[in-house]
Amino acid sequence: MSEPVLAVRDLVKHFPVTRGVVFRRTVGQVRAVDGVSLDLYPGETLGVVGESGCGKSTLAQVLMRLTPPTSGTATFEGEDLFAKRGAALTAWRRDMQIVLQDPYTSLNPRKTVGDIVGEPFDIHPEVAPKSDRQRRVQELLEVVGLNPEHIRRYPHQFSGGQRQRIGIARALALRPKVIVCDEPVSALDVSIQAQVLNLLSDLQREFGLAYLFIAHDLGVVRHLCDRVAVMYLGSIVETGTAEEIYTRASHPYTQALLSSVPVPDPSLRGRREAVRLEGDVPSPADPPSGCRFRTRCPKAAPVCAEDPPALEVRPSTDHPAACHFAEPPHLVRVE
Amino acid sequence: MTETAPGVRPAGAAAPEGTGAGTEHTGGLWADGWAQLRRRPLFWIASALIGVLLLMALFPSLFTSVDPQAADLALSGADPSPDAIFGRDLQGHDIYARAIHGAAPTLTVGLLASLGTVVLGSLAGLAAGYVGGWGDSLISRFAEVFAGLPFILGGIVILTTFNKPGQIVGEVRIITQVVLTIVVLSWPLAMRIMRAAALEATQQDYVKAARALGAGPWRIVGRHILPNTLAPVLVFATIQFGVFIGAEATLSFLGIGLRDPVVSWGVMISEAQERVADIPQALFFPAAFLVVAVLAFVMLGDAVRDAFDPRGR
Repeated sequence: MSEPVLAVRDLVKHFPVTRGVVFRRTVGQVRAVDGVSLDLYPGETLGVVGESGCGKSTLAQVLMRLTPPTSGTATFEGEDLFAKRGAALTAWRRDMQIVLQDPYTSLNPRKTVGDIVGEPFDIHPEVAPKSDRQRRVQELLEVVGLNPEHIRRYPHQFSGGQRQRIGIARALALRPKVIVCDEPVSALDVSIQAQVLNLLSDLQREFGLAYLFIAHDLGVVRHLCDRVAVMYLGSIVETGTAEEIYTRASHPYTQALLSSVPVPDPSLRGRREAVRLEGDVPSPADPPSGCRFRTRCPKAAPVCAEDPPALEVRPSTDHPAACHFAEPPHLVRVE
Repeated sequence: MTETAPGVRPAGAAAPEGTGAGTEHTGGLWADGWAQLRRRPLFWIASALIGVLLLMALFPSLFTSVDPQAADLALSGADPSPDAIFGRDLQGHDIYARAIHGAAPTLTVGLLASLGTVVLGSLAGLAAGYVGGWGDSLISRFAEVFAGLPFILGGIVILTTFNKPGQIVGEVRIITQVVLTIVVLSWPLAMRIMRAAALEATQQDYVKAARALGAGPWRIVGRHILPNTLAPVLVFATIQFGVFIGAEATLSFLGIGLRDPVVSWGVMISEAQERVADIPQALFFPAAFLVVAVLAFVMLGDAVRDAFDPRGR
């Protein structure tokens, strides 16, 4: 494959936990993102999957330069992403955009759809001459499957799925190379989710987009993602192609996530070995020693508490997993 | 039944079409807001009342030719009559003429104090809510200093510092002083309301999306935060308009606010309080003017707030 468009190395984002109003003192660190490395290649979809609170959204915010990283590097087309300032930063924003999770809060309720989708052109006037903007906005609405005549309507006059399409049109306006999708369908009805996922997939083909697709369950990203990275408590625990993850998941956490995806075939019900997770995700302010998953892991052994496993390919596996006992599942195939 | 049904249907079918056309807006936020406003009877009633009040304030001679200072003690407390249609007060002033001439100082104090409070409070609140952190702490603590002063005590301290008791002070000077006193003592209220609204709006995803697009702080505050935080402050302003006219009356009553030769409704009310039982008209008429004025501004604020909220349409 060609050079990655986005390359992230050892990205760390800690949020200080403070006490006191006037004299703030730091009493701890929430390790929201703790050493994440990933590559995103042009035109592909990389799924980032994990439970709520594992740091997926923080990762998106840091990569969008909405919040500064604690440490680590990221390069966009070979240029240092976190070194960009002023005009270079503004110019870069044309290349990387975000679709946010909640379509009910991501659109300003007091602006018309035309204003919302046209705002990128106001901020980057060099992209389209003023006289051309309305046509461009209507084109975008058509591309995402909305009626271009609804340009004067307000967000509250649309349904959740339609609002998410407006959010996608806004992200698409500047013809970015990369779109970060921060759980774009998790706030939508299941019947609408498929429509929006199909739209994203069509747009990817049409515009050659690369998606960093964040989701909290593996089922949603299955048909969209070329590669998948599974996150747990701020770190990636397993990464591989979609096929490797879905058929030969070797980390116990990924296996647990996979066994929680509903099976459409009733005859398979009860025949596959369910891996159920016990307990809650530990606090990211005080993560367990060694392997972070060991407190909930069915395979946990004394070595797990002492030695954090590296994300690497092991003899029994064909793709990187951060587990001392990584091995393909002995599950009935869900195909 | 079956025969009436076809007759009913076109009306039912026409209704959604009508609302469909109604929701199809043609302009931006301001044009749509104005289009909404024009359709509200409440807005026109309030505007008409405010128009009359403004006319009264600007051209009192259109309403009366009687000198509000002309006093005849022989006529003290006279009942309403063709000579003085609202009657006369303790000093024998024509109450009607005084009420008309009282509009200008009253409205000036009410409007300027509301405007000053809202502008100062909103700017401070926006800055505190948007910047957050240390800036927020600094502005909030500073506001608490002023919010902690009791209004009457603060008013007495400020106004007696600038004017000796019993000193004759010019009209412009005393109105300016009263307005500034009210603004200085009241802006923390507007600031708190604006800060809360701005804090909430700053956390919204649409602000995040705008930042991801590369919007600068002025665009974010002006286009995204301000339009979504104005409604509560606007309501506050219309309510405070009435409160400030009352505050002006309180200061007048204490002898440190507006005073003769300036006539205001507050001055008239405070003068009338001592003899309410003997001369009720001296209290009733300025109070009625005050109530109508406050009501008109509250109605206007209500109509404006509703018209500029797209969700209410």
